[in-house]
Parts: sequence; C-alpha cells; structure tokens
Amino acid sequence: MLRNFAILVGAAIVLLAVIPIAATTGTAFLDLFETHPKEAATEAPEAKAPRTPPGGWPQQGPFGTYDRAALQRGYQVYAQVCSTCHSMKLLAYRDLETLGFSPAEVKAIASNYQVTNEEPNDQGAMYQRQARPSDAFISPFPNDQAARAGNNGSLPPDLSLIVKARKGHEDYIYSLLTGFGQPPATETIAKGMNYNPYFASHQIAMPPPLHEGAVSFADGTPATVDQMAKDVTQYLAWAGEPHLEERHQSGLKVILFLAVFAGVMYGVKKNLWSRLK
Amino acid sequence: MAAGKRVPFKNPVVNWIDERLPVFTMMQKEYGSFPTPKNFNYLWNFGAIASFMLVTMIATGVFLAMYYTPEKNHAFNSVERIMRDVNWGWLIRYIHMNGASMFFIAVYVHIFRGLYYGSYKKPRELLWMIGVVILLLMMATAFMGYVLPWGQMSFWGATVITNLFSAIPLVGDKIVTWLWGGFAVDNPTLNRFYALHYLLPFVIFGVVFLHIAALHVPGSNNPLGIDVKSSKDTVPFHPYYTAKDGFGLVVFLIFYTLIVFYAPNALGDPDNYIPANPMATPEHIVPEWYFLPFYAILRSFTIDIHIPFTSIVFISSKLGGVILMFGAVFLLFVLPWLDWSPVRSATFRPWFRRFFWVFLISCVTLGWVGSQKPEGVPVIIGQIATAFYFIFFLVILPLLPLFEKTLPLPKSIAEAVLKKSQGA
Repeated sequence: MLRNFAILVGAAIVLLAVIPIAATTGTAFLDLFETHPKEAATEAPEAKAPRTPPGGWPQQGPFGTYDRAALQRGYQVYAQVCSTCHSMKLLAYRDLETLGFSPAEVKAIASNYQVTNEEPNDQGAMYQRQARPSDAFISPFPNDQAARAGNNGSLPPDLSLIVKARKGHEDYIYSLLTGFGQPPATETIAKGMNYNPYFASHQIAMPPPLHEGAVSFADGTPATVDQMAKDVTQYLAWAGEPHLEERHQSGLKVILFLAVFAGVMYGVKKNLWSRLK
Repeated sequence: MAAGKRVPFKNPVVNWIDERLPVFTMMQKEYGSFPTPKNFNYLWNFGAIASFMLVTMIATGVFLAMYYTPEKNHAFNSVERIMRDVNWGWLIRYIHMNGASMFFIAVYVHIFRGLYYGSYKKPRELLWMIGVVILLLMMATAFMGYVLPWGQMSFWGATVITNLFSAIPLVGDKIVTWLWGGFAVDNPTLNRFYALHYLLPFVIFGVVFLHIAALHVPGSNNPLGIDVKSSKDTVPFHPYYTAKDGFGLVVFLIFYTLIVFYAPNALGDPDNYIPANPMATPEHIVPEWYFLPFYAILRSFTIDIHIPFTSIVFISSKLGGVILMFGAVFLLFVLPWLDWSPVRSATFRPWFRRFFWVFLISCVTLGWVGSQKPEGVPVIIGQIATAFYFIFFLVILPLLPLFEKTLPLPKSIAEAVLKKSQGA
C-alpha cells in the first residue's frame, strides 16, 4: 500500500521535473548544430598568457622574501615614470621605510610633495603644506575626471593593489610592461591606442612607459626595459602585500607547531583506543 | 535536560554551581559519558570541525568589525587598512576570508557523509532538515559577507544574486527594490548586508544548538547504519571521540593554515581587489567556489517556456533557473521521504553506492561548469549534470528500493567491529 503510494508520488514528481529539464537539454542539444559565424568574427583576440622572467620572483614560494634593492629601484621607477599618471592611494610615505629607506630619507622623499592640510588654518582657509611621512602618496590628478581628461579619456588605474587585482599577478604586470610592439597585419589598432598582446583586447591606452635609460639607478644597475619592468613589478607586488614576509615566516612556525601537535594528538588517540577491546 | 537524580561533583565550586544551574551535569551527560557508536570513521570528524569553523568565523569576524566601515566610500579602504596598518590585521582577515571556504568544505563533507551513510533516515529526519536550514543560513551569511569588502566581484555578485528575485512573477521587481533599499545595489544595500552578516552567525549558532539537541535524542548514526543494540556497541564520547575529533581537527588546521599563510588569495577572485565600480561590469562574474554548483544549476535553464501555441512566456529562462536552483536545495529537505529504503548505510546498498558516486561526480562537474563562461560545451555538460542531480533525487532514490537487493546487515556494531579486527 505504502509502496504503491510512493511509486505514484514519485512518478508524479518525476513527470513534473522531467518536462522542463528535457526541454532545456533538448534545445541546448539543438544549439550544438547552430553556428555563430557573426560572433566569431567580431570576437576580441585572446590575451597572450603572461610569462615569468627567468629566475622567477624572489617573493614567491613558502620562503620567499622581497629583494630590498629591487624594491628601492622599483620605487624609483614608480616615482619617476609611473607616478606621472598612476596613483597609489593606499600607501603612505612611511611605508617606504620597509624598503630600506631611513626615516630621514623618507622625510626627504615626502617633502618633495605638496598636500592640502586636512584642517583649515586659524583664519578658516585651507592651505598647502609639505607632505609628511604619515601622509598617503600624493595622486597625480585631483580626481578621476581630471585623470581621464589628462589621458585621452582613459583612467590610469590606481596601482596600490594592481598585482593582486590582475590574473597572472607579477607575471602579467611584467609581461604587459615589456610586451609592447607592432601589431600583426591581421589586427588594426584604434587611434590613440597601443598594441600589447598581453592586454585583454590587445589594445591599451597606455603608451609604452619604459624606455632604455629612463631612470638612472644609484646602485649602478643598467636601466634596461627588462630590468625596470622586473624591479617595478616587485615594488608593486610589495605594495599590494606588504606583510608577505611576516606571513611566510609566521606560517612556518604555525605549521611546525601544528605538525607536532598533530603527532601528539595521534599518539593520545591511538593510546586511548588501543585500550578498548 | 538534566532532570532527575544528580551525581554530586567532587570540586566544591563546581558542585555549588551545578546544584543551582546544572550545566556541568548537562555537559557530562551530553559530551562526557554520552554513548557514541564505537565504529566511526574519520568522516565523522567533520561535524566537530564545522562547529570549530563557526566559532572561528564569529571570533575573527568580531575583531574585523572593530575596524571595518560599512559605507560605500570607505568599505574597501577600511579592509585595506586592516590588511596594512592594523596589527596582525592581515592574519585575522585572511583567517576569516579563507575560513568561509573551510567552513563550506567541512559542511559539504559532513553532508555527503550523511548522504552516503543514510544519516537522514528515520529517526533522524528532523536532525537532517535542521542541518539543511544551517546550510541555507550559511549560504546567506557567506554571500552577504563577500559583499562587504565592496570590491568589483562583491558589487556585481550582489547585483546578479539579488536580481534573481526579479524573476518572481508580478512582485519580483518590488521585492528587489525592497532588498536593495533603493533602485540599485548601493550604500543602503551594503549597510543592511553588514547588519545581517553580523546577526546571522548567531542565528546559525542557535540552530546548530538545535541540530546537536536533535542529534542527542536518537544518538549518532554510524558507518554500518544499524541501530545501537547494547552498551557494547558504544564508547563514552569523552575521552574517545574528543581525542579522535581533536586529532582530525589539527590535521584539518594544517590544511587551513597552509592556505592562510601560503595561498591566501588562491580561492578568491583577483577582481575583488578592484574597488566596486557600478559603471564597469567585470568581464566574467563568478561567485565563490562553494556556490558554483548552484550557479551552474541556475544557468542550466536556457529557454523560455511558452504557453502552448502562444507567445506568452509562462516560465522565463531566468525564473526557470531560479526554480531549479531553489528546488535543488528544497530536495534536500524532503530527502528523508524520497529515499525510503529501510537500509541506511551505502555499504549494504550496492546500487545506491554506485549512484552516490555518480551524484558526487555530477556535483563536482557542476562546480566546474559554474566557473566556466556560459557558452558552448560547458552549458551542455551543465545541463546533463543538472538533469542527473534531479533524476537522482526524484527518480533514482524513490524507485531504487523497489529493485535493489541489499546486502545482509550485521547483527550489531560490536560484532562487526570484532569481525573486522579478527579479519585484519
């Protein structure tokens, strides 16, 4: 009796469920035979897979640390080249001490920039003052509209998190910076745009930013495009993840502790259960 | 819960409290001497692990809330401030962010374990249903938590998911406006999601209490799926299962900490490190991994169903997808009545076991489909897997007991354990 009832109910539910599923799968199956030539023709070219520079990145892997010299050179590239258009709003000048700059050097770096004080003066007027180490990096444009107006309508993204915010991370930034070139005959590039196969549509508003000798490094490292791209990428990786070294080091301690703890717990469990018949 | 005769405690302070408020007697009864089947395998650890994750999420979440600002112009930067300037803020945030994934891993293993060993069957139907309520609450909480950093994926995920409610006929649009607190996902949406994201974990905590209370009436199921017959079949929960759960938990923590310290962003989407921008839609909106199977089911419904011989759309593809997605969860509620085989454990149900594995594979496949762009081959695969999901619950489970010849059940847990240890 109960069994018959269950079969009836089951069959009813099945019928109800199968109709829409069959309909969907049916039409999807028909879709298989449909071609979409129009879509295929207008589809944007696929972005090229980013490449890792030979030797990889020193910050990667469980024991990875940042290369301080590369970070300082990278900051120099950012300050002298990228910062013309790109902001890094999430960083403060004091953060540069992590790169190995002394507090005095950081103060000197900050003093190169002018900032509007947060509070008005005694007369109630807003005023400009030299930036302090506690100030956030000064942006090249007062707002996004000004940035667009100054860049042919395109908005140069803030770079504070750029390495974490792009698929491919360091490899992508490095490949993009070194990947500019002439478009193949099959691709046309719009006016004011630049060819870069690593960018999503192959067309990027940013002109090639790095040129041989664009900066001169204090440590004598030759400022090749490849070198500057590698250095600035490491600097940007640090900017996005400033606690990476602390994370890697404390992680090791935590895992070692847990491994020992797991061993102890296994012994306790084994010992207890072996007493059971 | 602790009515009846009370055994006095040796410690005078404990005894004094227990005479007035018998919490120690209750703990002793429910977690100390609680008779538990002696044949659990390590899959039974995941209930304890899930409880641990809930506490971890609440603890880390409270600290994050001390620095987080639920305002659309400050939310993203306040999270970055936690990551950069707050002492150990990066650690608390990565524990919380990846903790959501770990919580779902634990709960999914817990659910599939229950499915395999028939833990939803009489007398544990209500226990199972309370569990499904917990799953739903977790989904809501995780979804709203993901919105809080106010990155691109937060914003667009919120837009896509809340828009699902617009598929409801007649009142859909009104409901969506009501959910948003405006005419788009905006500051009021962020505010209310924050309020609810703080509230719901405590609701989950309460429902988990009910889940455990309901568990402690019939007691736990076990890998053989047979009832406990005598005290020979059980061991006291403490120290035997506190030790075993403890070991399992530490192993799970090793996996968890490896991700927190060495791949904290591996499970997330890079787009969520871009501040929310209502003017720029990401190329590919994907939810977090734990929603992908449901997302695939949602998108598997690709046609509008018309009233025959008219052009009036009866069920739009969107509404159909929403019905399928909610139906997929609803089926879990009625699972105890869809599968009426008296044998619980898949160990003794050869055909159920085979279908279980196909079902598990189809769920994983749906997860993969959910992560792909909704075009070409993945759509077809997703539709086949979705069809199997529903066929499993609505055809296979109700009909299987009619045909399946189950294997003979052992007489008792103790006998089976003894046989196994002699055989080994």
